[in-house]
Amino acid sequence: MGAKIRPDWASIGALTLILMLALYLFLHGGVGYFTDYAIFAAIYAVFSLGLNVHWGFTGLFNIGIAGFFALGAYTAALLTTPPPDPLMFEDFKFGGDLAAAIGVGDLWFVVALLGAGAVCGLVALVIGFITLRLRDDYLAIATLGIAESVRLIFLNERWLANGSKGLYRIPKFLGDVVSPENYDYLYLAVVIVILVILYIAVERVIKSPWGRVLKAIREDEVTTAASGKNVFSFKLQSFILGSVIMGIGGALYAFNIRFLDPSTFDPLLATFVIWAMLMVGGSGNNKGAILGAFVVWGIWTGTQHLPGFLSDYYFRYVMIGLLIVAVILLRAGGILGEERRVSRRIEPSEGAALPQP
Amino acid sequence: MLEQVARRLPPRWSTGRTVLAIVLVVLVLAFLSIIKMELVVNGLFLGLIIALGAIGLSMIYGILKFANIAHGDYMTWGAYIAFFLLGTLLPRSTGFGPFTFGYSLFIALPLTMLALVATALILDRLIYRRLRRRGVSMVLLAMVSLGVAIALRGLVQVIWGGGTEQYPRLSKPFYQLPLEVRIPPDSIFIGALALILVVALYLFLTRTKMGKAMRATSDNLELARVSGINTEHVIWWTWAIGASLAATAGVLLAVFQAQLFPVMGWKILIPLFAAVILGGIGNPYGALAGALIIGVTAEVSTQWLTPTYKPAIAFGIMIVTLLLRPRGLFGVRE
Amino acid sequence: MGLLEVYDVVSGYGETEILHGVSIAVDEGEMVTIIGPNGSGKSTLLKTIIGLVQANKGRVIFQGEDITRVAPESIVRKGICYVPQSSNVFPSLTIHENLEMGAFVRTDDFRQRIAEMYDLFPDLAERPRERAGRLSGGQRQMLALARALMLDPVLLLLDEPSAGLAPNLVTLVLEKILGINKTGVAIVLVEQNAHEALRLSKRGYILAMGQNQLEDRGESLLENPEVARLYLGG
Repeated sequence: MGAKIRPDWASIGALTLILMLALYLFLHGGVGYFTDYAIFAAIYAVFSLGLNVHWGFTGLFNIGIAGFFALGAYTAALLTTPPPDPLMFEDFKFGGDLAAAIGVGDLWFVVALLGAGAVCGLVALVIGFITLRLRDDYLAIATLGIAESVRLIFLNERWLANGSKGLYRIPKFLGDVVSPENYDYLYLAVVIVILVILYIAVERVIKSPWGRVLKAIREDEVTTAASGKNVFSFKLQSFILGSVIMGIGGALYAFNIRFLDPSTFDPLLATFVIWAMLMVGGSGNNKGAILGAFVVWGIWTGTQHLPGFLSDYYFRYVMIGLLIVAVILLRAGGILGEERRVSRRIEPSEGAALPQP
Repeated sequence: MLEQVARRLPPRWSTGRTVLAIVLVVLVLAFLSIIKMELVVNGLFLGLIIALGAIGLSMIYGILKFANIAHGDYMTWGAYIAFFLLGTLLPRSTGFGPFTFGYSLFIALPLTMLALVATALILDRLIYRRLRRRGVSMVLLAMVSLGVAIALRGLVQVIWGGGTEQYPRLSKPFYQLPLEVRIPPDSIFIGALALILVVALYLFLTRTKMGKAMRATSDNLELARVSGINTEHVIWWTWAIGASLAATAGVLLAVFQAQLFPVMGWKILIPLFAAVILGGIGNPYGALAGALIIGVTAEVSTQWLTPTYKPAIAFGIMIVTLLLRPRGLFGVRE
Repeated sequence: MGLLEVYDVVSGYGETEILHGVSIAVDEGEMVTIIGPNGSGKSTLLKTIIGLVQANKGRVIFQGEDITRVAPESIVRKGICYVPQSSNVFPSLTIHENLEMGAFVRTDDFRQRIAEMYDLFPDLAERPRERAGRLSGGQRQMLALARALMLDPVLLLLDEPSAGLAPNLVTLVLEKILGINKTGVAIVLVEQNAHEALRLSKRGYILAMGQNQLEDRGESLLENPEVARLYLGG
């Protein structure tokens, strides 16, 4: 299930776009600007990988990514933020201060990442257990509801994470290794390393026998079930895996912006943009997931510099929606192509071949 | 109509009787002041608004066979188109009779419905029909409707900004009813209009040829085709009905809440789906019943929970339904 | 030139090809049976003729007209009606409404025709406002047939009308079908109950693995020992 790079106008166009954008950003704001873009793009690439495991490889229609995003970010933050200072009227009760707890240098970062992943995995286990027996479209609505519920909980239960006032003393990983101006380069390197590790891990898993069963489920769930495979169990494992990855992404995000409140996880930038990324890059394809993240985030940041209303936040909002529609309408495979799903289509009204229900 | 609804059931267990029982329990609890009657009443009106959205959504689900994630944003557009008409094109008026809104709303409403029907049909022609012809999965259709939803919502914000608006209105006193129930006169209008539309839909579906063709197509699309029914026409009518109901729901919601904001439809999407699923996909009357149940439950819950958790209540009901009885209260066993 | 001629049709679903070049012919007023093992493509053949499945290759000619690429909604208007094997009624519609839907494309007053259907299938006349979903298996088959007959078709395609019915009902249904045939309606009958069907039909085709295997007069097929062994269960 590797990449099938189709050297056509779409790929060439996209790559040209990225290069032009990179050049523009570089000329416009220097390397610093480019680094900023790259960090976010790489973090989003992690999310895209997670979504690829859900949708690309297992056909799970998860539109509640924001929920795992928030959980991962908040977990990492709460594990590492120093305990609340009553003098500053902070409402929340926890505060991990992992940095102090773990004596071994800066390993707290890794622990925080794993913690974020673990919490997401656990929640995914519970949620998945309840909802994965549902039909695809029901699952979508369910994940949407879960994300919204997570947001509501973090907003309302101020004792949890300070509600709308947010957490803002999230520590800097390896903050004292380089000077503040150069920190971004360091963090970019960190994120890229983690991205590469995750990419290799996911590629390995997908090409394993386990991954092949997943592919069979995507292609024809009924037959695979008939041949004795516990489809539900596989879906659940995949759901957990993807969610763990998303949790790690959330943690990386938290340590980048180092301030969190529930509004950070607006569905546009925490769910929809990631879908756009995966669709554009090519679902079912890990390289595509990463490429899509860089392309779409490039479009998002790049359009910030366009003249007039084109750079308006809400206009770009529309653009993300149109991007999703366009990719599906014009080229459902994305830039790098995907495997086609062959299950449960509806009959068109005229002509065309109709599959067996 | 409950008998109509009860007839759709599997033998032996009468859901109709269960619903009646629930209604009785609710009334008794209200009388005993265990739950506040005002919340129940408010919940019914909210439920009627949700119903208008859910009925359309259910029909689209049953005939076009996909989850229209953009349906909430169709409602938002309904609210905003009316806002535009009331604010610019139509004469500014407020306080018609006992209501807060002016007579212009009566003109704005049908115009809004028309506008949204046109929008829905254009979107179908440009997007959904092409995908139908290709034979794509229902999930992909839902996904594209997600893109449409995002684009529609963004467009509202581009045009009107992200803030809250209000229809031209004149504050009016509430009606005082027994059992400490106070309702705004606007709610009478909402209730009346919703009921009129539901009855009209019922008559359409049971007395007209196209209405019966729609029910037939919802049951079995292939069989409908080999009966000579032009399912493309059925699809147009489905969008038309769904869009006009959604438009009305959006306007009524804006009146009910006394405000409109860009994510109003998106926020109500989960209650919409919950109502559809509770009632059984493809069953408009089920959607009505589901919506009323959800409306009342959500409102009554505020007696014990913070109002911000209202959407979570609807979501909870939906999950429970999907786990225990996925075909819904009134759905047909597949 | 016969009523219906199917030449070398290749069709299937998506990327799966079911029929690999099947041909049949039906004359006016003729009853023809198609039998064969499960998965041989019998249902697909009927669906291809009525246009629900698109033929990738081959031709379907009806009354001299090429209907290979025509949509079902139009084919129905030309005089071919189709009864699927299962899901062949509208469950949430009443018996009466089912018949009304059968007559959807008629522009005339079809109440006479509905009355004729109630005569032909007296069981249906008893409770015309009953929801079709609550009917018994036999009653459903009757309704499915009646719906298809509302358009006075010249050719009727029936997919396993006796499926899932008790033996006495099987005979009843097939006799009814024979009666319909005697009024001049040509019938293509796909059947599992091969014995009975072949007994009543003029000609029969045997389909296996998406291809024609054998074609002969009904009685000849019944008497053929090979056929009996392979396809009639001995």
